[in-house]
Amino acid sequence: MKIILNGEPREVSAQTLAALLDECGLSRRVATAVNERFVSADARGTVDLQDGDRVEVLGAMQGG
Amino acid sequence: MRAFYGTELANPLMLGTAQYPSPAILAQAFQASEAAVATVSLRREGADGAGNAFWQMIRKLGVHVLPNTAGCHTVKEAVTTAHMAREFFETPWIKLELIGHTDSLQPDVFQLVEAAKILSDEGFQVFPYTTEDLIVGERLLDAGCKVLMPWGAPIGSGRGLNNTYALRAMRAEFPDTPLVVDAGIGLPSHAAQAMELGFDAVLLNTAVARAGDPVLMAQAMAGAVEAGRLAHTADPIEPRDMAEASTPVIGKAFLS
Repeated sequence: MKIILNGEPREVSAQTLAALLDECGLSRRVATAVNERFVSADARGTVDLQDGDRVEVLGAMQGG
Repeated sequence: MRAFYGTELANPLMLGTAQYPSPAILAQAFQASEAAVATVSLRREGADGAGNAFWQMIRKLGVHVLPNTAGCHTVKEAVTTAHMAREFFETPWIKLELIGHTDSLQPDVFQLVEAAKILSDEGFQVFPYTTEDLIVGERLLDAGCKVLMPWGAPIGSGRGLNNTYALRAMRAEFPDTPLVVDAGIGLPSHAAQAMELGFDAVLLNTAVARAGDPVLMAQAMAGAVEAGRLAHTADPIEPRDMAEASTPVIGKAFLS
């Protein structure tokens, strides 16, 4: 299945958001959104990914 | 000092974490500044885990963390960013930025009020980055905000307080609300001026991070906010147009 991860097209086999994080080496403290909707950490296992989904995985960054 | 959603800050300086020459200098600048709050943001996380390393460093600073919604231009993206920040940083605090103009980074106050209402209703403790407009301030308080953060000047401009008249009016209009000058500070004198006006804190980033010696500038800012705070508490004299001799005339020798 092809998804957009952090703006980049990506071919993945994961079926859920939690599995996607595992597959992409992002299973750590992050915040996630799918198709511009926030997905809390405890809901990631229940969110099924669809072809073309836009997934955002964010971490802490410097800010003013 | 007025409390920020029930939290009394040990120091009226809020310091940004961006643009420092290195993480080590960032940490030293925080120490020198004695800042009580660090602003942070959320950005796309790569496989390198840079976000986690940064987060660990911020935690070690031992300061309150204030995540922002920097760069958001719509209510929807600001609200979603706030949800993500609340989970990641484990805080209900959010520095709500809704940018309305690309060059000046002026807040879009209409969307700001809308987003502030949504987030306040959801239990967020909103720190809105706003203009010095009194009516917008009223609307933000109506929306549930208990802090207002008017700009001094555009973000990163270092121009200081562009409209001291309006900032003074804000202080008078909202006597019970914690007020923070956010953005535009370039020099310690600007920070001191904000505190002299009776503001409760100053939020700055570029002035320290981009100084030739950020650690020294952080120390200067610490001194400035403390001087300004003391000066406001000390009830300064009013300016006057004419001179008034400070040395007594009585007892002056006749020598002419």
